[in-house]
Amino acid sequence: MGRNPVTWLGSPTFPDAARRSLGDTQLRGNLRKATTTIRGKRESAVAELDDWEQLRRAGEAVKDDVLANLDTYLERLESAVTERGGVVHWARDAEEANRIVLDLVKQENADEVVKVKSMATAEIGLNEALADGGVNAIETDLAEVIVQLGDDRPSHILVPAIHRNRAEIKEIFAQMPEPPDSDDPRALAEAARTYLRRKFLSAKVAISGANFGVADTGSIVVVESEGNGRMCLTLPETLITVMGVEKVLPRWQDLEVFLQLLPRSSTAERMNPYTSIWSGVTPGDGPQKFHLVLLDNGRTSTLADEVGRQALRCIRCSACLNVCPVYERTGGQAYGSVYPGPIGAILAPQLAGDLHDEQAASLPYASSLCGACYEVCPVRINIPEVLTHLRAEVVEAKGKRTPEAMAMSAAAWVFGSRRRYEAAQKAGSLTRLLARGGNLSSLPWPGSKWTDTRDAPVVPKESLRSWWRRNRG
Amino acid sequence: MASARDEILGRIRAVDRPVSPQVPRDYQRQRHADDPVALLAERIADYQATVHRAATRELPYRIAERLDGRGTIVAPPDVPGEWRVPGVSWLSDDPPLGVSDLEEAAGVLSGCAVAIAETGTIVLDAGRAQGRRVLTLVPDYHLCVVHADQIVVSVPEAIERLDPAGPLTFISGPSATSDIELDRVEGVHGPRTLEVLLVH
Repeated sequence: MGRNPVTWLGSPTFPDAARRSLGDTQLRGNLRKATTTIRGKRESAVAELDDWEQLRRAGEAVKDDVLANLDTYLERLESAVTERGGVVHWARDAEEANRIVLDLVKQENADEVVKVKSMATAEIGLNEALADGGVNAIETDLAEVIVQLGDDRPSHILVPAIHRNRAEIKEIFAQMPEPPDSDDPRALAEAARTYLRRKFLSAKVAISGANFGVADTGSIVVVESEGNGRMCLTLPETLITVMGVEKVLPRWQDLEVFLQLLPRSSTAERMNPYTSIWSGVTPGDGPQKFHLVLLDNGRTSTLADEVGRQALRCIRCSACLNVCPVYERTGGQAYGSVYPGPIGAILAPQLAGDLHDEQAASLPYASSLCGACYEVCPVRINIPEVLTHLRAEVVEAKGKRTPEAMAMSAAAWVFGSRRRYEAAQKAGSLTRLLARGGNLSSLPWPGSKWTDTRDAPVVPKESLRSWWRRNRG
Repeated sequence: MASARDEILGRIRAVDRPVSPQVPRDYQRQRHADDPVALLAERIADYQATVHRAATRELPYRIAERLDGRGTIVAPPDVPGEWRVPGVSWLSDDPPLGVSDLEEAAGVLSGCAVAIAETGTIVLDAGRAQGRRVLTLVPDYHLCVVHADQIVVSVPEAIERLDPAGPLTFISGPSATSDIELDRVEGVHGPRTLEVLLVH
């Protein structure tokens, strides 16, 4: 079994990558503008529904039901899709999924495929695997086109080219046969339309992901904006859909919850322009061959973690990215994964499944634990809780002798008794004697591990506890 | 060696999984609107689509008005006879049209299955007067006829009405993208002009 490509090979750890991107003022400007716009819009889209909290709780419960009965629902989905003329495949990991897809494309004698934007296929590195097998994969989502033509990496779940502004996009599109004549977004969209039109009309095979798969009915759902999805899902003779196993929904009725939660959380619209739903093959309408590849790639091992498995509720809306102060400053590429931002910080290391990997292990620290991500999450994933849980696992994976592990176990010992806690607070205020200008610049070992690279804030003169006792006690 | 299927299902079954929760359905499955037709019109217009109203008896006249001078218009084989107004160059999908025919056509006329007022969405289910999915996708102009009794207010009401067996397409305004600086602009791959005729 190969390395899981969910994190990019050779990426620096998050602090190193973040330091580099913080120096890029263009990037920070582009991100601030985009995330500020979308934050405001999301708030008003959500405020329109006075049952938003009830919808979130329903979404959470449906997804927890899925995780509790995943085997049952997957088997049900498999038989519903098969009954309606589709073929279901199972893939344990990225390598297996890529091989299945490549074989299916070869069976159709195609050397080019059109693709609908899909996180699952980006996660497994499908485009690279197809290229190695002699198949050219053409991304058709506008932002994916920007990334692909710019020979770039994605930086956002919904808008992979969010780090690019209109002027940069115009430059990237200059290599098209009919380049745009201005950087007006309309002109850029028109250029993409012209560029992809022939590809859509001539493609024999399309590859998509899935937002949802309904177990009862075998319905696969793809939510999109541009119509590139409809083109791919309708015109080619063969359609291959790669779907993470956790995307299954039990009942048709459950869509009434998610088709409200997803558009308002992601693009901040009442509804996205296009949603396509199909079940197997419809004679005379759309692809006459349909393959569904059910992908594990670290999901079942994530399911085994009692705290961490809530990350599998994620519907990839990216609301948590748009509100995250860390993401807004570092950008998505610093996370070294197709899943950036708060959800990426808990999902990527769990899917990768190797906390000995320094880069993956640095991701749970890519957060100030401010909790904004949890507040906006449409399926109520408690991201701060999973972050701290994973930090503890990272520390454990590092072994017991590191200064950090010793500090963590010392902290646990201190937090374990009120008397010890109060004594430690008093001792802490003594560190004020070592401070200059309000910061501690050198602490004795093991604290020196921290202060070698940054200052530690000084512990206040008086703890809240003793202040409270003195004033209110 | 175990198959991938058996191994994945085995991994799931080996996990000590939580008890399945009861799904709370206390959100609003139905919502009230004083005038659902007006709400739908307003919400569709928010997406930069054009909405026209028509009384049942004047529908053919309104269709002719919209299609006048546009060129060849594609029609699903089962559109009502009175929709095929004279003076328009009609192209029927019977026998099934090729993609290049659709590419050359100026537009398409269709009905719909359900419309959702609150979100400004029309839903096609490949049923009567809607035809194959490709018909309402490739031509650059789409005129869609919506009858008042097809309108529901909320998303849950629409899901309940729809038959999951057929291929479904939810359409909320013309093709658009938010990919450039997260700002919505209309007009990418799907029909760039969407007009809706509300019949009441």
